[in-house]
Amino acid sequence: MPQVNMTVNGKPASGDVEGRTLLVEFLRETLDLTGTHVGCDTSQCGACVVHVDGKAVKACTMFAAEADGAEVLTIEGVAAPDGTLDPVQEAFHQHHGLQCGFCTPGMVMSAKALLAENPTPTEAEVRDYLEGNICRCTGYHNIVKAIMAASGQDVSKIAAE
Amino acid sequence: MYAFDIERPTTLADAVKLLAASDENQALGGGQTLIPTLKQRLAMPEVLVSLTAIDEIKGISEDDEGRLCIGAATTHAEVAAGAGKYPALAALAGNIGDPAVRNRGTIGGSLANNDPSACYPAAALGSGAIIVTNTREIAADDYFEGMFATVLDEGEIITEVKFPVPEKAAYMKFEQPASRFALVGAFVAKYADGVRVAVTGASEEGVFRWSEAEAALGSNFSPDAIERLSLSGDGMISDLHGSGEYRAHLVGVMTKRAVAAAG
Repeated sequence: MPQVNMTVNGKPASGDVEGRTLLVEFLRETLDLTGTHVGCDTSQCGACVVHVDGKAVKACTMFAAEADGAEVLTIEGVAAPDGTLDPVQEAFHQHHGLQCGFCTPGMVMSAKALLAENPTPTEAEVRDYLEGNICRCTGYHNIVKAIMAASGQDVSKIAAE
Repeated sequence: MYAFDIERPTTLADAVKLLAASDENQALGGGQTLIPTLKQRLAMPEVLVSLTAIDEIKGISEDDEGRLCIGAATTHAEVAAGAGKYPALAALAGNIGDPAVRNRGTIGGSLANNDPSACYPAAALGSGAIIVTNTREIAADDYFEGMFATVLDEGEIITEVKFPVPEKAAYMKFEQPASRFALVGAFVAKYADGVRVAVTGASEEGVFRWSEAEAALGSNFSPDAIERLSLSGDGMISDLHGSGEYRAHLVGVMTKRAVAAAG
């Protein structure tokens, strides 16, 4: 089996993969980074979103071999090494942006990609960007609120608590 | 998925060689359609030849004739951000799928697959684009051959798509609310020598030009010009999302909206 080498959360990572090994399988099963979730496995739900070379992608719809040589960021690499939460994670905590938490890793990774592109998005822009991230618990209101709060905007007037 | 090997050539020449090695070898663009297809075991390649590491078929430029030339391995997100010279095309690319899909999916992959509900075929046909491959240049009018079918030969690779830039244009998509593919999408472009209208999502034959609307808009580029035109539901896709008659009606509605948006 061919070997792939990539940088995952700032550290070199390598392993043997089959052609058909998905990036998400490599992350979860070879590297034991199980924070990235597989929800639908059909590129609809976004629970598997990670960053590859700075871009949000669905790790269930990309082969591990295609990430050879890439920089990959997963949810495990988002908080500071001392455990201090990233501003997006902290905002999800503060604004109750999760219930069961299954979609949260993908939500956080998509939110970080959005804020990198657009540091102060409107509510409509946040909702539009989350088109490929499905949450079955929250109804999205607090997720949107958390992301706007993470961008430094006043969210006190957003209706949903 | 069935087992297969994967190759990532860095030159077009190597990719052509790898694809020519066996009829069972298949090109892989961004994979946003092919990987789900492989998961359902609807394809069984021996070797997948990934085209995503070939720099010579990426990027956006302009040729001597002012056409916008987009490398086949350019992602939808890159077109959305970089095709400012052709705003209707940039807007179309920026509304395909979702942000993560747009970071992987490519224009060449979309055109090679020719999904009957995909957006890019409407842009290519509606712009009279030229589809460039490793062996030839194909006019969009000659390229599409019905649902999931094109004139591409086995092992032929799209390398670039050349878009003549219109005076004005717009694309309007009525999204199927679950998949976000076009239930019906209409691309309207006005050029000095006439108007082109291309419709995706509606016909069982895949993307098509609505010639009656083109003629009417050619003399009067306004939504009123096509107010009285109608299409038959015969030959339109009919499924649980909408009947053929419903889609035929939507073609008129979305074309009018596209004309209005083009201004």
